[in-house]
Amino acid sequence: MILSPMPEHDVLVVGAGLAGMRAAIEAQREGADVALMSKVYPVRSHSNAAQGGINAALSEGDSWESHAYDTVKGSDYLGDQDAIEILAREAPAAIVELENFGVAFNRDEHGRLGSRFFGGAEHARTYFVGDFTGQAILHVMFEQLLKHGLTTYDEWFVTQLVKDDQGAVRGVVALDMKSGRLELFRAKAVVFATGGMGRVYEPSTNALICTGDGMALAYRAGANLLDMEMVQFHPTTLKGNGALLSEAARGEGAYLLNKDGERFMKKTAPNKMELASRDVVSRAEQVEINEGRGVDGCVLLDMRHLGAELILERLPQIRELALEFLGVDIIHEPVPVRPGMHYQMGGIKADVEGRTTLDGLFAAGECACVSVHGGNRLGANSLLETVVFGRRAGRAAAQYAKSVGAPRVSEAWLRDEERFIASLFDRPPGERAAALRLEMGQTMTRDVGVFRTGEGLESARRTIAELKERWERVSVGDKGRVFNTNLVSVLELRNMLDLAEAVVASAIFRTESRGAHARLDYPKRDDANWLVHTVCRHTAAGPELSTMPVVITRWEPEERHY
Amino acid sequence: MEVTLRVFRFNPETDERPRWQEYRVTVEDYATVLDALIEVRESVDETLALRCSCRSHICGSCAMRINRRSGLACKTKVREVADADGVVTVEPMATMRVIKDLVVDLEPFFDKVRAVEPYLQPAGPPPEREYIASHEDMENVKGAQACILCGACVSACTVMEVDGSFLGPTALAKAWRFVADPRDAADEKRLTALSGPGGIWDCTHCFMCVEVCPKGVAPMERILDLRRRAMEAGLTDNNGSRHSQAFVDSISESGWLDETKVAIRSTSGPLELLGWAPVGIRSFVRGKVPLRHYKRPGAEHVKRIFRRLGELDGKGRRGRPGAGAGARAATPSNAPGKAGDAQ
Ligand SMILES: Cc1cc2nc3c(=O)[nH]c(=O)nc-3n(C[C@H](O)[C@H](O)[C@H](O)COP(=O)(O)OP(=O)(O)OC[C@H]3O[C@@H](n4cnc5c(N)ncnc54)[C@H](O)[C@@H]3O)c2cc1C
Ligand code: SF4
Ligand code: SF4
Ligand code: FES
Repeated sequence: MILSPMPEHDVLVVGAGLAGMRAAIEAQREGADVALMSKVYPVRSHSNAAQGGINAALSEGDSWESHAYDTVKGSDYLGDQDAIEILAREAPAAIVELENFGVAFNRDEHGRLGSRFFGGAEHARTYFVGDFTGQAILHVMFEQLLKHGLTTYDEWFVTQLVKDDQGAVRGVVALDMKSGRLELFRAKAVVFATGGMGRVYEPSTNALICTGDGMALAYRAGANLLDMEMVQFHPTTLKGNGALLSEAARGEGAYLLNKDGERFMKKTAPNKMELASRDVVSRAEQVEINEGRGVDGCVLLDMRHLGAELILERLPQIRELALEFLGVDIIHEPVPVRPGMHYQMGGIKADVEGRTTLDGLFAAGECACVSVHGGNRLGANSLLETVVFGRRAGRAAAQYAKSVGAPRVSEAWLRDEERFIASLFDRPPGERAAALRLEMGQTMTRDVGVFRTGEGLESARRTIAELKERWERVSVGDKGRVFNTNLVSVLELRNMLDLAEAVVASAIFRTESRGAHARLDYPKRDDANWLVHTVCRHTAAGPELSTMPVVITRWEPEERHY
Repeated sequence: MEVTLRVFRFNPETDERPRWQEYRVTVEDYATVLDALIEVRESVDETLALRCSCRSHICGSCAMRINRRSGLACKTKVREVADADGVVTVEPMATMRVIKDLVVDLEPFFDKVRAVEPYLQPAGPPPEREYIASHEDMENVKGAQACILCGACVSACTVMEVDGSFLGPTALAKAWRFVADPRDAADEKRLTALSGPGGIWDCTHCFMCVEVCPKGVAPMERILDLRRRAMEAGLTDNNGSRHSQAFVDSISESGWLDETKVAIRSTSGPLELLGWAPVGIRSFVRGKVPLRHYKRPGAEHVKRIFRRLGELDGKGRRGRPGAGAGARAATPSNAPGKAGDAQ
């Protein structure tokens, strides 16, 4: 095959979910030559899955301060308050922009935007499109991408970050899925918007593509990861296949019951009840289950009192899911749910302009940790983060690109990567990637789940180390080059194992309980020692941990009550 | 439960032509066809290629043909499609080139979406805050915004099968979404473009896209609505709308279809009509064109119906083709599959 001249751009955005597309559009507006690369077509990205909505203090009586305070409190004071202020201040304009782009948001009787309540919030500030908000926004963002005529590399899987002689990031190596060819892409700035890492856990509400590639590549290239122990468990995932039942259910007034029919949330969150923040609700559920008041490893989500009409109009997808997988009609029966892995609060350390600790590399969206979610993300704040910080990272990357010369990276990067891929093909028949992934996922859920102990974490550390060793013997059964999903799954597994290791190491390191990180051996929040971020750095000897101060502007840490 | 998947296989690097391969796997009772395929890929045959991601019918990756019917593998329950022997047949989408196994080339598909300028084109700069729009209008638009660009409708479309130049149900439903959006101001430009060759008049109302769409988008309904809007906008100088009008005229005049007249009125002039002569002759030979077109008994009743509909419409005698002869166009989002089919 004749190779086209080496592709080169000012800004290369990797990841075409909401964060990546928003970043690319902004970088182009700043005058940069931009390209967007993604392992799936942009509209297949996981931003699709968001059902519930997106937050902004837009309504009468609400204020950005209130939104910011709810977010700070929700984060268990681990969120950086300067970043949270930006998130809350820029939210209204971001939502209006999405509306102006064409999103058919729900309206009130005056034809203005209409909102609903979400967990951990003092006001109804969640804006939505039926129960497919993420999909509606993602597709409209895609329309804007087409409008701006942006260059895209669809179904290209990035395998490596490349640097120049000074150590600045100046491009990537990527695999063209359709041909199986590797290619070196040069860029003055690279933006990672590669999304979450849900597949590190089993089960998870995340899509099959959420394998944390960007986090792992940046980590191996020397970027710092932040707060990786902060893994969110969503309180209402379906018994059985673990599908997400949106928080919209509780937003509309659903009850959580134990086997005695008791609304157990009154014990831990007498005011907000079922609408306390997610970490609080998930823990309360797990306590009921662990202490024998659950039903078959679950608790019950009861919507009967909401009435058929409201359920059919506002929660049709939830009803469909419960019917489809469990044969339960929520109009007549409560549905069994349990906490399920849902979101990674931590990620590549980035400042409010998306700058990472690596020169030339920017990050935004779920793969980044800015940190606005701290120890626990509030529902509907994540879509918001993608557009607010996606835009900022795109702008900063374009400006940065103006300040640097033509990217100079050696062809050796490409040849090394080609050799590495060839060595994978050459491995003798061995273990299957899928089997290892399952073991990793189950280990993480068991030992690094809603509750953690020093002992469990140590055992997880050993298992992951063992799996990493076994990965060296995983073989690629498919020897073809064209659309080889087997090869990709082996590469993804390698990324996930590195992240699992980082999560476990960070969880062992933080000897307190905060946000989603609940240690039974250290059950209290410890502000004196641990009001700090966990920093995780990759070294040849394994993860290296340190701390970094949390930015506090106006809200001093208090005890959390819901 | 046990299921046998009969899977279309094609590896361009080694196969001269496609082949079938059977896999027997055990899956949960509530498993989808996608779950079964993933089980194959993970524990039986790692070389099987398919696209999938969300497993919850929202990302649009897994459209394929299951027992010849286009749809999402993650929305299709094994137990609902397995035959008496527990066999399910799985093939890639039709009307698209196969890259490998169940993976097809989507570039032409996205090119067509691109061709309809699928982005909001408002008049003037955006307002300070959101556009004011009624709940009903947004609900209406939402119906088409639910499209996940999976391609199942294109795979099932009977026109796409024979005519690659047709924009197809996905792109046309996407175009409708903007024409129906009160915030968009490019209706005239859009409708003009859509009335050209390969556009709204090439659909044969076969209903396939309505039937297979996993998101209730009902592309055909949107196409019919676009036709109505195009004709109302006076875009009648094309064979499609001429044909539609001639059709209604013929029925309302004589109670049945006068093929010859409809052909004459549908074409732009004698030269084009001459081009249709072979079809005319073949139809005649096969007895499809009667020698004399006479008024049917009961034609008066038909006329009365048209008159009455015209009064109801407040639009005079002329029907509103595209929404059924003279019927009020159903709003696509609230009446999928209900609008009358005139042909
Ligand atoms: C079921 C569910 C419901 C949710 N509901 C809500 C909600 O209601 N409100 C809310 O605010 N948040 C919600 N979230 C969270 C939110 O959807 C995500 O955090 C957010 O959409 C992430 O967007 P992103 O742009 O960062 O990444 P994604 O949309 O995940 O995009 C990642 C992109 O990176 C690309 N990529 C990854 N790796 C590579 C690679 N190696 N090479 C090339 N490309 C790569 C992918 O192809 C993709 O394009 C929900 C999440 C889930 C799972
Ligand atoms: S109704 Fe029209 S667009 Fe839909 S499948 Fe049939 S011919 Fe294609
Ligand atoms: S209209 Fe329906 S079938 Fe067609 S692409 Fe959209 S969602 Fe898929
Ligand atoms: S896997 Fe996403 S639509 Fe089927």
